[in-house]
Order: sequence, then C-alpha cells, then structure tokens
Amino acid sequence: MTGKITLEVTRYHPERDKEPGLQTYEVPLRKEWVVLDALNYVKDKVDGSLSFRWSCRMGICGSCGMMVNGEPKLTCATFLGDYAPGPIRVEPMKNFPILRDLIVEVSDFLVKLGKAKPWLIREEERPLTEGEFLQTPAQLDTFKQFSMCINCLLCYAACPVYGLDPLFSGPAAIALAQRYNADSRDQGAQERLDILSHSDGIWACTFVGECTEVCPKDVDPAGAIQQYKLTAAKEWMKSFLMPWGRR
Amino acid sequence: MLFSAGGVVAAMLIPVHLFLFVVAFPLGWLDGPSYPSLLALLRYPFARLYLFVLCSLPLFHWAHRFRYTLYDGLQIKHLNELINTFCYGGAILGTVLAAYLLWSIP
Amino acid sequence: MPSSTEYSPRTFRKRVSTYWWLHRWPYLRFILRELSSVFVAWFVVIALLQIKALKNGPTAYTEFQEWLRSPTLIAVNVAALLFVVFHATTWFNLTPKAMPLRVRGKRIPSLLIVAPSYFVWLAISAAVAWILLRG
Repeated sequence: MTGKITLEVTRYHPERDKEPGLQTYEVPLRKEWVVLDALNYVKDKVDGSLSFRWSCRMGICGSCGMMVNGEPKLTCATFLGDYAPGPIRVEPMKNFPILRDLIVEVSDFLVKLGKAKPWLIREEERPLTEGEFLQTPAQLDTFKQFSMCINCLLCYAACPVYGLDPLFSGPAAIALAQRYNADSRDQGAQERLDILSHSDGIWACTFVGECTEVCPKDVDPAGAIQQYKLTAAKEWMKSFLMPWGRR
Repeated sequence: MLFSAGGVVAAMLIPVHLFLFVVAFPLGWLDGPSYPSLLALLRYPFARLYLFVLCSLPLFHWAHRFRYTLYDGLQIKHLNELINTFCYGGAILGTVLAAYLLWSIP
Repeated sequence: MPSSTEYSPRTFRKRVSTYWWLHRWPYLRFILRELSSVFVAWFVVIALLQIKALKNGPTAYTEFQEWLRSPTLIAVNVAALLFVVFHATTWFNLTPKAMPLRVRGKRIPSLLIVAPSYFVWLAISAAVAWILLRG
C-alpha cells in the first residue's frame, strides 16, 4: 500500500479560536499504520502544535479515544487502510467539552465514577489473618465482563442520552457499579443504589444500546445497566412490600 | 415495573388482536365473530378482566416510553410538567375509561 | 462567553442538534423503536372505541366496522400492525440482556432465552385467534 491519505483534523485553541475548525494534513498511507501513527507523524514532521492524548498504543490504557469519520474509536486500533482512499475526519470525542484540538475535558465522568464507588465495600474489614477471599469461577463469571472496562469513554461519546442530559451517570460508571454489586466479595450494593437509583442515574437510560456497540473491550455496558435496573426494581418492590427487612 | 408489564402484554397480545380486528376482518380475509357471539364472549368476567389488562397496561408502557422519547428526541425536557401530565394522565384516563366501559356492558 | 484563565481554559461545548437522531442509522432505529409505543397506544384507542360500539348496540357496531374499512384507517392500521410487530420482536430480542440466567455456572446463550418468548407469542396468538375465529 503506497501513496498518501488526507486527514481532516479538528483544531481548537481556546485563546485564539471562537470555535473549532478542521485542518487538513497529508500523511503516508502505510499498510500497518493506525490513525494514531498518522497523528504522531503530523506532530513529528508537519505541525508540532497538534495536541492529542495517547499512551500505550495497544488498546489497554483508554487514552486515545476520538471520533473517526463520526464514530467513536480508539485511534491506536483503527487502521488507515480501512478508510482508503479517504479523507479521514478525526474529531475529539462527542458529548464532552473540547479543551484543545483533539483533547476533551473528562472530569464530569471522573466525578460520576466516584459516585459509583468502584471499590469493594465491606461492612467490616476482613483481617489479614483470615486469609484471602475465596471465589469460584462461576462467581467470577457474574462480573468479569464488566471489569474489563478501560475507561476509554467511547461509550459516553456514543450515548445520545449522555449528550442530551448532562446529569446522566453514563454507561461506564453504571457498568462499574454493577461490576462491584455483582462481586461476591462486595457488600456495598445498598450504598450504591442510594446514589444511582434516581431519575438521572440509571433510569435516564433508554437502552439505545450504542454503548455496547462501540466498546472496544466487549464490556456490554447496556447489559450491565439493564441488570442494574432489574436489581433496583426488585429492591424497590421489596422495600415497598416488606419495609421491615431493609438492611 | 408497569412499563415492563405493559411491554410484555403489548408484545404478546397486541399483534394478533390488531391483525384480526383491524386488518383481517375489515378486509374480509377472515370471517370475524358476529355481534351476538362477541357480546356472548364478553359475558364472561374473565374476558372483561382480560380486556381491561389488555387496554390499561400497554397505555402505561406508552406513557413512560413516549415521555422519554419527547425528552430525548425533541429536547423539550423543560416542558416536563406538561409532558408528564399528558402521558401519565392519558394512561390513567384510558384505564378509567376501559374500566367504565367494561363494567357497564349489560 | 467566559474567557480562559491560567488553570481553567475556555472549553467549547457543541450544542446537540434537534435532529441528532437522524445523524446515524442506529439512532434512527432507536427512535422508531420507541415510536412503536405510540401505535401500541393507538391499538388501545381502537379497542376502547370497539368496546364502546359493542355496548351501544348492533347499529353502532356496524358503523364502527364500516369506519374500520375506510382507506385511511386501513393504511394507518397496517402501519400500526408493522410497528406493533416491530415492538414485539425488539422487545423479545432485548430481554435476555437484562436477565442473564445461569445453569450450573455457565451462562445460558441469549438464543435459548429469546426463542421461548417467540414460541409463547405464537402459542398465545394461535389461542386468541382460535377463540375469535370459531365464532
């Protein structure tokens, strides 16, 4: 594969520009190159002012999420060849405020992730002398898929509800809450429920399902959210019909 | 919860009812039950209960779903009082109407 | 518009278009799926009108049946039938996602949960049809 391919990249400098615009670059079209390689080529050889996030370049750190031709992708896993002859439009992830060029402000997600309390909550800490927690493969299976999340936020870029409702917790935060609720070692389900089970928490989700479609790690956040809704509904019924039994 | 129940009832029962009463019978593809036999069917209390469930649960399903479609589709969440009254109010009105009609058949 | 400060740059927030749901096919498919609920409600309206007509006597009922035969009604109702079937199929296909069932530690594949829903649907439809068609 020889020749060149055109990239149309969003540029935005908060102190100079009123709004983002597109700038075109020509990069070599190499068979093994991904969009991230092309962006690094631009920064190295063409325009050093181009800013973007990346780190591991192998699909595990979750830093390089961007919109490629309107779809949320990890740029380290998106091959240039698949888009030949181009041009390829590279834009920052949707539904987040743009900080500069291809970099978005993600602190909203971090706050919501904190609210989901993504750690093991125990009523009483287990002393070290009692040894480790034991867990069967079947118990691991109930939450393992949801633990694969790399916080790349592609699901937030794909979720129309997150774009429309700034208060929505979002796919990854809820999937991670469900990951801990389903973990046999965890006892914090009630605490998380109190925070998440309100109209802008899990109930704003209308099961569009795009989050699962774009997830690069097959976490299936849509499935996690529906499971969580079912649990929350059951809890509500229990508290309604048997209010005395509440922990 | 009403949403799920309504969804199941709508999915399982409405297609066949709609097909028969509103497409097959009017278009003459199949012969429907005559007026007297329909009335006879309605004498069974179970039939009336069945029809009540068939009419009210799907309305609540619609109410919940349509409310969120209006929020998300048209971004008019600031009108949410109006939307809620229209949707859930409509569902309650339909349920009451269904109950009244089914109760008052001779 | 707020200006940049040293530690708080002026971020840019794009306004979500009113027609966001037209921008990608999966979004449009989602909105159509949700709109099928309108046709579900439409069925209830027709059913209530039918019951009212039944209550008001044979002439009222015949008038109601004539109304159902009018071309506009037939067109609307064929569309309604398509949407209601769309609701049923999407509903059945989505339920296994919410309820992962396990047997002896292994997760039951979605197809095994979806298929029984279709069988029940067929069985119930056949039963209702039989009751109504034997007159």
